[in-house]
Parts: sequence; C-alpha cells; structure tokens
Amino acid sequence: MTRINNHLGAAAAAALGIAYGLVFFYAPIEADQGFVQKIFYLHVPLGIVTLCGFMAGGVMAMKFLRTGDRRWDMRSYVAIHLSLILAVGVLVTGSIWARASWGHWWVWSEPMLVSFLIVFLLYCCYQPLRFSIEDPDRQARVACTFAVVAAAFVPFNFAAVRMANAVTHPRVLGATGGQMPGSMRLTFLVCLGAMALLYLALWRLEFERKSVAFAVRALRRSRERAPERLPQPAIPISRPPAVAMER
Amino acid sequence: MPALPLDEAGIYVAAAYVVFLVLVVAYVSIMARHVARVRRDLARLTDSEEPR
Repeated sequence: MTRINNHLGAAAAAALGIAYGLVFFYAPIEADQGFVQKIFYLHVPLGIVTLCGFMAGGVMAMKFLRTGDRRWDMRSYVAIHLSLILAVGVLVTGSIWARASWGHWWVWSEPMLVSFLIVFLLYCCYQPLRFSIEDPDRQARVACTFAVVAAAFVPFNFAAVRMANAVTHPRVLGATGGQMPGSMRLTFLVCLGAMALLYLALWRLEFERKSVAFAVRALRRSRERAPERLPQPAIPISRPPAVAMER
Repeated sequence: MPALPLDEAGIYVAAAYVVFLVLVVAYVSIMARHVARVRRDLARLTDSEEPR
C-alpha cells in the first residue's frame, strides 16, 4: 500500500533469507540433537516475537483506554490477530521438533508447552468476545480491557514457568543459554531480528489495509444515509471512524 | 536421546520450515485479496461520484 510497507516487506524477506542462510550454511550442527536442532532457529524466535506481539497488543490497548483514540484499538487488534496466527506456527513447529527430539508430538507434563497453549487459548477468546458486541465504542472498550488483562498474564505466566522445574523442554535463554557457541548465538540473534522485522511488516500491512477498509466503509455509509447531499470530504485514513470492526 | 540420522531429521526440519512458509504465504495472500476488494470498493465509490 505505501512505500514504507514495500521497503519493510523487502527488508523482512532479505533478513529472513540471510537468517536461514546462516542457519543451514554457517551455524554448526549441534552435538546432542544433530540436524533436528535447526528447528530451534525458527521455533524460538517465532515464540518470542509472538509473545512480544501479544504484550504489544496490550500496551496499545492501554493507550486506547487512556486516550480514547480508535487507532490504538485497531493497532491492538491487528497485533493480537497477527500474534494469534504466528502462535499456530509456534505450536506446530514445536510439535514437529518435539516429535523429532522426544518421540512425542506433545508432552502434557511439560510446563513450557502447556503454558504456551494456555496463552494461545486465552487469546482465542479475544475475537469471539470482540465480535459478539455490536456497539463500536463498547466493542473497543471491552476488547481493549481484555487485551490489557491478557497481556499482563503473558509475562507472569512466562516467569512462573521459568521458575518451575523443566521436565524435557530446554531453557535456551538465561544462565544455560550463555553456553551457546558464538556462531549459534549470532545465527539465533539474526533469526530473531528477521522474525521481528517480518512481524512489523505484516502488522503494518494489515493495519493499513484495515484503516483504508474502514474509511471506505464509512464513506459508503455516509453516502447511503445522505444521497442527496454533495459528496463528503474524504475521511482521513489515519483516523478510523467509529464503526464496528469486522473480521 | 541420540541424534536422528540426517535423512530422518531432514524431513522434520523441512516440515517445520514449510509450515512456517505456508503460514506466511497464506496470510499475505489473504491480505492481498482483502486489499483488492478494498480497491474495488473504492473504485466503485469513485465511479458513482463522477456523474454528480
């Protein structure tokens, strides 16, 4: 839609290309897990970016509750929607890795897996809750309140799991993560940066798409209500009008 | 647990990366379809305004 979006998309694609080039041609094969460990460079950055996206959605929702500016509600919605889609990727790639490493698709006794599933299921309630309310203002207020509470739950949940004893899932970042060799660490950080860039590009794309769609819908409604009047001035795209959000 | 042989491990690694690729491509294509729909709506609105 805009030139910034095109540049961001190109930068994200290039960064992902470099990152996965490093994964397969630079990072050494891990001694314990072998080639399967390459999933780590996809699964972990995806998980981190997803959780950060959920928290960013909460911060944006808080901005809406403080200012009443509808743009923040829409930003929060897009961040949570995108994170929810990426969370599916985290669960599937994690499951594939678990099958290859542990011989099971899912381990219910592992706190890290179950806690992520709880966060995912919690955010699965966001959209049904949001779209069950027709009044635009009430819809935004309720959705943002949910987003703030759920975002507060994410770091709390993460910290609780870190304090629990791991059964099988490795704790990559932290005291033991410091033992990662330099080449692996560099590859991981590049993958994390590339994933963050991809998230940002997709977030901007969806946000702008939604903003324009809102403006078009509001324009159409204003035409339908007052067909005899002269054409209304274009609604600024940056400020979405108070119409209920659709999926 | 001993490391899987490369041919077996490769399938799992490929599956994980393909899942991610499919997810991103599906998302972008859905967004592109929505953008096309918005553009059509905008063109329709602009066309209906022209005779006035």
